[in-house]
Amino acid sequence: MIGEGLQSTNQRKHSYVQDHVEVGFFTDPSVCIGCKACEVACKEWNQVPDDGFTWSGNSYDNTGHLGASTWRHVMFLEQDRQKGNQVTGSMGLLRPQSDMSAVASAEAEDPFRWVFLSDVCKHCEEAGCLEACPTGSIVRTEVGSVLVQNDVCNGCGYCVVSCPFGVIDRRPEPLPDAGGAFKCTFCYDRQKSGLVPACAKVCPTESIVFGRLDDLRARGAKRVEQLQQSGYKDAQLYDPTETSVRGIHAFFLILGEPEAYGLPPKPQIPTIYLKSAWTAAFATAIASIIATLTAFAFFS
Amino acid sequence: MTTDSPSEKRLEELREQAWKDGVVPGKGVDVAGGPIPRKPGYYGQPVVKPPVWTWEVPLYFFFGGLAGMSAAIASGAIIFHQVDLARAAMWVAAVGGAVLSPILLIMDLGRPHLFLNMLRVFKHRSAMSMGAWILSAFGACAVPGLIALELHTRQIFPDSLDQLLRVAAGLFIFGSAIFGTLLATYTGVLIGATAIPAWFLHRTLLPIHFGTAGLGSSAAVLELLGHRIAALNFLGFYAAGVETALLIWLSVDKHGGADRAIHEHGSGWLIRIGEVLNGPFALVLRFFAFVPFAAISFLLGALVSRVGWISVGKVSGSDPESVFAAERY
Repeated sequence: MIGEGLQSTNQRKHSYVQDHVEVGFFTDPSVCIGCKACEVACKEWNQVPDDGFTWSGNSYDNTGHLGASTWRHVMFLEQDRQKGNQVTGSMGLLRPQSDMSAVASAEAEDPFRWVFLSDVCKHCEEAGCLEACPTGSIVRTEVGSVLVQNDVCNGCGYCVVSCPFGVIDRRPEPLPDAGGAFKCTFCYDRQKSGLVPACAKVCPTESIVFGRLDDLRARGAKRVEQLQQSGYKDAQLYDPTETSVRGIHAFFLILGEPEAYGLPPKPQIPTIYLKSAWTAAFATAIASIIATLTAFAFFS
Repeated sequence: MTTDSPSEKRLEELREQAWKDGVVPGKGVDVAGGPIPRKPGYYGQPVVKPPVWTWEVPLYFFFGGLAGMSAAIASGAIIFHQVDLARAAMWVAAVGGAVLSPILLIMDLGRPHLFLNMLRVFKHRSAMSMGAWILSAFGACAVPGLIALELHTRQIFPDSLDQLLRVAAGLFIFGSAIFGTLLATYTGVLIGATAIPAWFLHRTLLPIHFGTAGLGSSAAVLELLGHRIAALNFLGFYAAGVETALLIWLSVDKHGGADRAIHEHGSGWLIRIGEVLNGPFALVLRFFAFVPFAAISFLLGALVSRVGWISVGKVSGSDPESVFAAERY
């Protein structure tokens, strides 16, 4: 839990790859301080090119969006919504309910809050990019993450339009390794050596937690309950298990609606559209052959 | 300066708007960043990624459709003993489908030298993989089909070998007709089964449009090559008629904000111009027997609408509200 420090799963060696254990990220904006250490760590470890040095004017976010060279992206939301009660001190939220009276209530304040959330590839249970890839470059790893094998990718760009979250992108010239599709690797190279992904390793507040997926899901549910009790009434988990994506391995706690974070409310894997599209294609193919035969049979 | 002078009125208006909307958009002032977002979404950032494809892809759709359906016309011509027409159609099929299409497709890759990786795997759940295999199979049928047909018509081999060539030509041409009709239609599946709202909402229309546009283009090219026969005229009527119906379908089957890229912006105009040129306009020209003009109109329309659909994908994919509208629909 929050404040586990060096005891947390973020700092421990593991053997999930060898043991074929499904792992994930749980990202919690309620403890994110917007330091962007995850972005820096990701770029340094994976040697990802920069995003260009421009000012967006959008709060403190000059990164913009996930992409071929942006695998972690800290969002800065300014919302005219009531924040929850401010509780300080280590393990503060674990205090018994009776203590809450001593805590400054946010109800009386003007509704405003500043939310930070570190976005990342969702590593879908049913991944659009993986299904779309015509070269077999995108694969599922032992830990359930989705990995692009850069040396196999020929840059056809079909994964780009098949990702319901707009994560993967083709890297443009003149950047290094241009032409291929890139996204978060879940630090597969680190995980194989029993190390934790770089972003989780550096996160100073455990806003990003790396661990077993089942543990994280339980942890996420508990955290939502805590936050709701302490006044964050619109806290919810973002993990689209009811859609055709069937859940994500990097899931989020969000305050408010998914739209505000640029997250699709009901993401679908595009393969669900194949049946109707192919039916129309076959029908057109047959109709065209019939029309051609009719033309020659009756009009020559 | 009186208080009812136009400049003062303008300031009053701005104040009204600021009070009502909380934000005043204006020239030279980028207000996307705040203070509080009024629109759903994250600072107007796209939710899905727009396609990275450039001009090669719509051109590939055009030539693939033209070549694929030419093979279908070639087999019809073979069955009804119109060898000259079959030869012309197979030339169009082979040049368009086995030369131009692969070149365009390879040019569009981010790493063209790795194009053979397309044939590493066979994935029926990936329209791109299926397309690569369909295009390969089409080329593998159309080129030998054309060669066998040309050798057969020249009668340069002794009788027994010539009979063999005839059978081979027939088999390869029928094969290319089957893969050709799929080559012309799969492109609709390719963009229909994606996360781009304006595309997936029209996934049934797209293969019909692309396939029929391919058939009409093929008839038009053969007519322009001098084959002014009733059969091709019928196919011209058929294709333009179907395209007219699709234009009506597209203007009725609206999904509000989710597919507004089709009805607004420059992309919407490309679709409309393309559909009018290969639909009603080609139909009317053909009705009044201006066959070459009808053919040119159809070809232009088929090309413009292909460009239009890719452009629609770019607009729709960059529009976060269209994704929200499609998913909350």
